[in-house]
Amino acid sequence: MQNWGFSVAPSRIIDLDKDDVSSYKIITDKVPSAKRCLMCGACSASCTSKEHIAFNFRKIHLMFRRGQLQNLSEELDKCMLCGKCRLVCPRGVNARAIIFNMRIILNDMTYKNIKV
Amino acid sequence: MIIHFDVIIIGGGPAGIVAANNIARQGYKVLILEKELNIGSHIKNIKNLFPNFMKADNVLYELTKKTDHKNICLETEAFVEKTYKENNIWFVRTSEGKLYSSHALILATGFRIFDARYKEELGYGLYKGVINTVELEAMIMKKDIKTAQGKLPQKIAFVNCVGSRDEKVGNHYCSRVCCINAVKQSIEIKELIPDAEIYCFYMDIRMAGQFYEELYRKSQETYHVNYIRGRVSEAAETIDKRIQIKAEDTLSQLPLKMTVDLLVLMTGVEASDSTTKLSTQLKINGEYGFAKSTNLHLSDNQTIHKGLFLAGCCKRPLTLPETIADARAAALCVVDYLKNN
Repeated sequence: MQNWGFSVAPSRIIDLDKDDVSSYKIITDKVPSAKRCLMCGACSASCTSKEHIAFNFRKIHLMFRRGQLQNLSEELDKCMLCGKCRLVCPRGVNARAIIFNMRIILNDMTYKNIKV
Repeated sequence: MIIHFDVIIIGGGPAGIVAANNIARQGYKVLILEKELNIGSHIKNIKNLFPNFMKADNVLYELTKKTDHKNICLETEAFVEKTYKENNIWFVRTSEGKLYSSHALILATGFRIFDARYKEELGYGLYKGVINTVELEAMIMKKDIKTAQGKLPQKIAFVNCVGSRDEKVGNHYCSRVCCINAVKQSIEIKELIPDAEIYCFYMDIRMAGQFYEELYRKSQETYHVNYIRGRVSEAAETIDKRIQIKAEDTLSQLPLKMTVDLLVLMTGVEASDSTTKLSTQLKINGEYGFAKSTNLHLSDNQTIHKGLFLAGCCKRPLTLPETIADARAAALCVVDYLKNN
């Protein structure tokens, strides 16, 4: 096949007919407070990791909710699990537990054998 | 000695005054008990009212005129200690030991402003550059907006939802008036300091009232107020006594930090101490320390006790027009009750 030097980029549209939103159900079952998130961004603003590296928990949470699971595993590795986000959350969302469970769902080897 | 009236109203704010005036005009003797030296409650501390910038002084003047009726007796600096009912008569005892009785009692004990010191991360009470909305209003009244160092602030940030919609301080509800108040105050600042930069941090902007949305639009179009969707998570003082804040600009999905001269916390509405105390005493305490009516839709001024009525912000956060309308409704209920009993 002729190499034209470019390829068709994967679609970056959120397609709620096809995308996997069922994984998020596991999160809300295990961490019911996740449902209360109002996306205010207090968690990502107070984040200690984001001082050193681009990391945005609110965005990851929303992407997971919308079934956009690509590349999230690497993103989640940036979290240091310090729990500062839990202190500032106005809705009492257990952000750390959400990250833990996301890592398990995304088959992160480190967390596979840990029960949360 | 017990002094008897037809109706006793606890609280000399807008709700209490309007209710008293409407009942007095029907020929009933009314007593207003106000704990402060002057009536008018929070209106005394406001310059202009949203959304039409009517002078609060004019409202206060009109309200004061309403108390000037032959059937209204006004007792200021009367702090109510206890209220109780015996043989269908209500008794009210003040802290000075005076005892009053009446056929009907209206609770119009109003609200208080959330104490922002509970939100330690925002630095209120720690840094002089962090003030609350009431303190800003006092500056606007004096037409003298200054930082603690006496300088003219060039960069001012508003933080919405301080003490409301916040599980950490136990207030799950929306205070309703802070969003529009922030818009109003930002316009007033821009008129006093035209070259000031104003940023307003919000979680949701709730402009649910007539002319609110128009004022919000005007603040963007005419006054160039910047609205940033994100909750300020922490504030710290810099070496030159300015305030550095951190938030996430959730729409651009990037962390944001900025240094401002003045940080204004839009503190929410809470039940006043008297509201909490008296509603607990009378066993009509609802959620968050507010008093509870029997039915939100159908009997919002009545309580589970016969002859006990509610008016104004002792039930929930209300705007001034809503408070006045509610007080009129309460007056009608009371007159109805007095006629049939």
